[in-house]
Formats: sequence, C-alpha cells, structure tokens
Amino acid sequence: MRFTQTTLSRVRRVSQIVFLAAFFVLLFKSEFSGSFRGSSGPVRLPWPVSIFLEADPLAALATALSTHTLYRGLWWSLVILVPTFFLGRFFCGWVCPLGTLNHFFGSLRSETKRGKALLESNRYKPWQAVKYYVLAVVLLSAVFGSLIAGLLDPIPLTVRSLALSVLPGANYASNALLDMWYQSPSRPARFGADVAQFVLQGTLVTFRQPHFRQAFFLGAIFIGLLALNLRVTRFWCRAVCPLGALLGLASRWSLVHLRKDPGRCDDCNRCLLHCQGGDDPIPGPKWRKAECHLCMNCVGDCPTSGIAFSVGPMRSAATTVEAPQVQRRKLITGVAAGAVLVPLLRSTTGLEVESDSRLIRPPGALDEAHFLERCIRCGECMKVCPNNALHPTFMEGGLEGLWTPVLVPRVGYCEPSCVLCSQVCPTGAIWEITEAQKLGRPSRPNARNASGAAVPGDAPPEASNPIKIGTAFYDQGRCLPWAMATDCIVCEEWCPTSPKAVFLLKADVVDADGNTKSVRRPQVDVKRCIGCGACEFACPVKDRPAVYVTSVGETRSKTNQFILPPAPKR
Amino acid sequence: MASDSPAADRREFMLRVLRLGGMTAATVAGGAWLRSRSARPGESEVLVADRRTGVPADPALPEMVVAQGESPEALVRRAVDELGGMRRFIARGDVVVLKPNIGWDRTPEQAANTNPDLVAEVVRMCQDAGARTVIVTDMSCNDPRVCFERSGIAAAARAAGAEVILPDERRFKQVNLGGDVLTTWPVLESFLVADKIINLPIAKHHSLTGCTLGMKNFYGIIGGQRSRLHQRINESLVDLTAFARPTLTIVDAHRVLMRGGPTGGSLADVEFKKTLIAGTDPVAIDSYAAKAWWDLDYQRLPFLRIAQARGLGKMNFEEVRTKMVSV
Repeated sequence: MRFTQTTLSRVRRVSQIVFLAAFFVLLFKSEFSGSFRGSSGPVRLPWPVSIFLEADPLAALATALSTHTLYRGLWWSLVILVPTFFLGRFFCGWVCPLGTLNHFFGSLRSETKRGKALLESNRYKPWQAVKYYVLAVVLLSAVFGSLIAGLLDPIPLTVRSLALSVLPGANYASNALLDMWYQSPSRPARFGADVAQFVLQGTLVTFRQPHFRQAFFLGAIFIGLLALNLRVTRFWCRAVCPLGALLGLASRWSLVHLRKDPGRCDDCNRCLLHCQGGDDPIPGPKWRKAECHLCMNCVGDCPTSGIAFSVGPMRSAATTVEAPQVQRRKLITGVAAGAVLVPLLRSTTGLEVESDSRLIRPPGALDEAHFLERCIRCGECMKVCPNNALHPTFMEGGLEGLWTPVLVPRVGYCEPSCVLCSQVCPTGAIWEITEAQKLGRPSRPNARNASGAAVPGDAPPEASNPIKIGTAFYDQGRCLPWAMATDCIVCEEWCPTSPKAVFLLKADVVDADGNTKSVRRPQVDVKRCIGCGACEFACPVKDRPAVYVTSVGETRSKTNQFILPPAPKR
Repeated sequence: MASDSPAADRREFMLRVLRLGGMTAATVAGGAWLRSRSARPGESEVLVADRRTGVPADPALPEMVVAQGESPEALVRRAVDELGGMRRFIARGDVVVLKPNIGWDRTPEQAANTNPDLVAEVVRMCQDAGARTVIVTDMSCNDPRVCFERSGIAAAARAAGAEVILPDERRFKQVNLGGDVLTTWPVLESFLVADKIINLPIAKHHSLTGCTLGMKNFYGIIGGQRSRLHQRINESLVDLTAFARPTLTIVDAHRVLMRGGPTGGSLADVEFKKTLIAGTDPVAIDSYAAKAWWDLDYQRLPFLRIAQARGLGKMNFEEVRTKMVSV
C-alpha cells in the first residue's frame, strides 16, 4: 500500500503531462489546415478541438442555470463531475491545464518561498474561501442570464489567453528569429532555417501571423497569474478559481480521505513542502478535503508513513473537515453581489436598447440576450477563424460583454462558405449551422445531368434567406468614384453574393482639372447584403475605409432592423 | 582586492587603466563602425530586368489556336500540338510555373477559378516535355488555403506531380516591375525563378474591364495592396503582362462566367462554351475572347491598345495566324 501511494505522485505527473500535451495539440489543431474532402466538401476541423471546454463542469452548470438546457457536447462535463463526487478534486491535480501550469510555476525556486516561509505559505489560509464567494457571484449571474463565469473559469481563461495572446506572440517571435536566420549569407544556415520552419509550421508558426485586439491585456493577465505562483503556490487555484470551488463543493461526500497517524509523525513537516491545495495534510490541524487537489505529494514525501490516503467512509471527524470552510455572512454577500451585478449591468443602455453599431457578431450567433447566456469568452471562435476576423470585444458589447467575439472586417471578413466558429463553439452561443443554412441555399443542390442542365422533376428543398450579420454602408466622402472622380469597383469585385449586393451606377463626373469623366459608383442593395465585410476588407482606402459594415439588419436580432422586408410573392 | 604593498597597488591601478583603455577603444570602434553603417532605411530591391521566358516565333505555325470540344484535356493537347507541341515551349530541365486563376473560394462548377482537370493536364504535358519542376501557384483573394482546395486545383495538380505552392508572406520578394504605373511591388518568388511561365486564366465577366482574361490573371503574381491597381487598371494590366512575359497563354473557356464576375457563385451565370484558346500572343488572345463572349471590340478595351503600343502583341486578333479546330 505504501509503495503504491508514493508512486502515485509520479503517475499524477504523467497524467498532467498527457492532459497538458493533449490540450496544446487540440489548441494547435483549432486551425483550418487547408484540407477537406473534395472541392465541394464542407470546411470542418477533424479533431474534437473544444473537448476540454465541453468537459468543463462550470461551463456546463452555468449554461444550465442560464438556459435550463445542456448544449451538444457539454454532457462530457459529467465525465469530470461524477467521478469528483466519489474521488474529490482529482481534476485540479491531475487534469486541469491551468492547474498543471500553476503547478509547474509553483515548483520553481522563489526567494519568498523558502524554508519556514514555504511551509507557512502551504498551510490553509482563510482567504482560500474567496473562490466560493466568486463561484456564488458567477452562478447567480448565470441565473440572471449572464455567463461572466467564463472570465474566471480556468479552461476558457487558458484557451483565450494562449490562443489570442501567448501563441500569436510566440508566432511573432518565431517569425522574427526565422527572418534573421534566413538573412544569413551561409547556405547551410538557411537550410537550417528551412528545417526550423518546417518543424514549427502548424504549431508556433501558422500560415498567417494572427493579431487580436486586447491581446496584450489577455497575455499580461495570464502571465501575472502564473507569476503569482512564485509568491504562493497555486494562488489562483487556492483563492480564485470558481471551477475549483465547484469541484470542492462536489467532493463533499467523496470517499477518498487522508488518514493521519499522529503516533508515527516525527514533526518533520515534509508533507507541507509540496502541498498544492493548501489543505493541511500535517497531523495537528484538520485535513481540508475541499481544498485537496489529490496531488499525492504529501504521502510521497512522508518518511514515516504517518499519512496515507484511504478509500471508504470517513474514519474520524476529528482529523478532517469535509465541507468547504465558508462564512455564511460572506457567502450571502457573494450571492447578493451576483444577484445585483447583472441587473445593474443591464440597467445601462447596452444590449438591445442602444447596441454598438460595430458589434458585429459571428454568423450563427444567437440574439444578444441568448448569446450572453452562453458565451464563455473562450476565444475558440477567434482562434479558429481562418481570416482572423473575430476579436475579443473591449466595450463594444458593454462591460458585460467583455471579450466576447466581434467581427472586425478591416482585419478580416467573414468567408461565406465557412462555419468553423459555429463548429467549435462549446456552448451554442454561436449555434451550429451548416454552409447551406448560412448561404440560404437548399441543403442539396438541384440534381443536374452530365451536360449541366437541371433534371426535370427533381425538387430540391426550398432555399431560405442567408444569414445576415450586418449591412454595408458607403462613406461617399472617402469613396474614390464618389468623391475623387476615380474608377475603383474593388468592393463590387469582392462582393461574394450572387447577384452581387454591391452594384455600380455609371455617372459623369468632373475631375479637379475640369475634365468630364465617366465613373462607376458603387451602391449597396440592402436586400442582398449579408454583412460579411469583404467590401470593407478590400477597400483601398486603408485607414478608414469608404465602405463599412454595421450590425443593423443582422438576422439574429428582432430589434436591430431598419428595412421592412418585401412582401412574399403570392 | 585591497593590497598591503604600494607596489601591488600601483600594479593593480595600471591593470585597471589598461582594461579601461581597452574597453574605451572597443566601444569607440564599435560606435564608429555602427555610425559608418547608418543610412536611411529603404526597401531592399531585387531588379529583374531582362527575363527570357519567351520562345522564338515560327512563321510556319499558328500564333493562336481556338479549339472546341467536350473535354478540356483533349482540347489543350490538340491546341498545343497545333502550336508546335509542348517541346517547342519547354526545354529539358526547365522550371515551369503555371499560373491558373485560384482567386476565389468557389468550386469548379461555379467557374470562378481555372478548370482543375485542365491544370492537371498541362502539368503532365510539361513533365512529358522534360520540365525539371512544374510549380502551380497563385496569390488568391480569399483565404488561399481554402481557395486552393475548393477550386480542386491543389488536389488535381498534386496528383499530376506538380509542386503546389501556397502564397505565404515569406515567398514574396520586393521587385521593381519597371512599369508605367507599377514600380516596386512584392512578387511571388516562383515567378522570379521560372524558366517558363504558362498563363492559365479562365474567361470571366468583370465590371471594370468588361471581362477578365489572360492579362488580368497576372494580378495573381503580386502581393501587397493590390486593390489600388484598379484605379489605373489598363496600365496596370499591361505593366504586369510586360513583366511576366508568358511563354504560352491557355484560356480556359469550358465553363464561362458570363455575369457577376469575377466571383460569381450562381450556376445560372455559368454557360458551357466548351472552348480553349491557346497561343503565344497574349494580346490577341484576350482580344479574341472579349469579342467572342462579351461582344467587346478591341477598340473599346484600352488595355489592348496600350499593350500593343508596348509591343506585347496585336490587339486586332484577325491579324494573327489563327487556327480553328474542333476535337
């Protein structure tokens, strides 16, 4: 038994490495690699890239509270939640990618954590209860229809920070180094650069260098959070993490206990040296089950077999605290704060009353109220967008919508044939759609014979309207044909709808020298425009384009409309 | 380290002065060297002046072949045979770059990109003629990763043995195109190393020039902010063609996008013309196609007039030796 328990911490380390590696592989695979079957095949990612997010019990519980449903793959969270009932917080110590990163950074040598100070820092602290109050706030917010849980939930937080900031930064650094390498006059050196680029391709170096709004802040917060480990091991996990709090609560009646044998203890305190959870494994104070990550370091470090984990009913209430230690008054404060937060946020003019004109949501996104009930700000949609078109918001979606996705056409437009963001969204904030739905095409084309003529008698399913995410408008004071007597038509050339939503009208204009010229002036047919932003992306007026998309007319909203649709043909 | 004897102190002092002298000399020398390198930063230019990708004219052979028939593969084989065979154009060991139109996220049926079967057949013909490498590349408008697959060209060309090159940032070199309106632009490096260039456009409608054919297809050899070129599109087209100097031009007109170009999308705008035009005169070929499907006279297409004035070919296609064949 003793032998098994000392090796368990090594098994745990393997588990952490495997899960962290899987996490990174799936993150790298959250990118369209340029291969799909057949030229008419759908663009899909072959890997279950959102599985870590779908297995996140906090995302599942919070969306269950806000929507009273469980979307698609979120039931994978039960694979984590149900074993937690029996085992305790194994997820934190064995699986969680942020936990593993914290574990690693917490194990680095630090001036402030040496000797006595280290032992002291690993004892249970009353501030570890803060995470339960955080959990109360985010769950109450979910009840009121806002998934701000995603801001602090470790899985979305890690995906968001890595995908939108750390990896693009690493991509930039790799490219900069490769550029220097390629400038070497030596041929073998340049060959080495080729090899390096080949190795890095698809991981650190992507086809296009991604850029994201807010990236610096996301990265700085993440790095700061990892750096906190140098002061207190796993400060994030112990004090803030609402998922850890949820799993701590879920382990209330678990069957795994730390058995302490004070008679064999020689007070060496080694069990505290590498404790991750701050759960007091030492004989003396009570072991705090809700705080323990089951890292198994304490039993591995104990030289006298004074402590060991056992499975079964709790032997003695004298040595264990089973429930999380929360103060009722503070918990009520947390609940009250959560209850007040969302109504207060919604009392401002955001959401449907006065939405930002540039809040262009990805295709498939639900109407704003339902969207905010689900979006956990994981950034998967932004990572996967092949055109780098989706970015985390700052204030476009109001304070409540911080870091939710917004389409920025100047950086990238929405590719009409692509629905990858809706494939990866773990919570259905961007509901899963098909290309046919997005384009408003029948789900199968009209059957055609070999010469390309329609087969008579074949009745394909009826076409619907394409999904519209906004509408394009012209700034005629900046448009070349409108303001500068110069032909251009690039917006019309790029317009992907058929017939084109951008149409051209010939006009005779007088240029600065007094010559009369004929130019083609672009205008938008609002009925056909889908708001994809290709015109804005391609407009040669680089800094502030002469054609731009705003969210009005978006299919998902009943209120953000401006044109009365034409009467259906009778 | 403090020392007891004044002699040791002196020695220590002298050593320190020597060391400081060395540091000073190295710092000043380094500074002077860096100072001597100082220059206002500019673009590093690669000037490609005299590119020889053409082949000598042969008065016994046609300059343009218009072939009609069901199979694009059979059409291109026949047309190139009529022009003297691929061996006339490709020498053993040549690096051949094929420039199909892979501009848009569209399927072959939508006829916004060159027919993939035609591209694959030309790849095989080049290899049969002894080409060392056949490269297929283009600077797409939509995401190239999607365009190359959706067009069917990546798969077909790879299967035929071509090297398919996606246009990533690192593959562009700053080049002085030496044109009337186009000077320094980033050019896909494949076109700089090519011994022979085969232009493989598809005939499509276009709002600005009436139609987009062979000369317009050379937009795809450059990167940068191409959307500015439209303001002087006629001169731009000629500059690009003058720079590219195609060895051979093969216009795919199996399916033709008659309206809504260059992106199209609706099959209602696509008509089967089942035609292929091949030849050595890029101007006459564009002139013929514009007249054939959009009824545009060469007098109404300024880019043809400018191209003829620059000596790139004849805008009146009736003046070139033409052979019509049906396969």
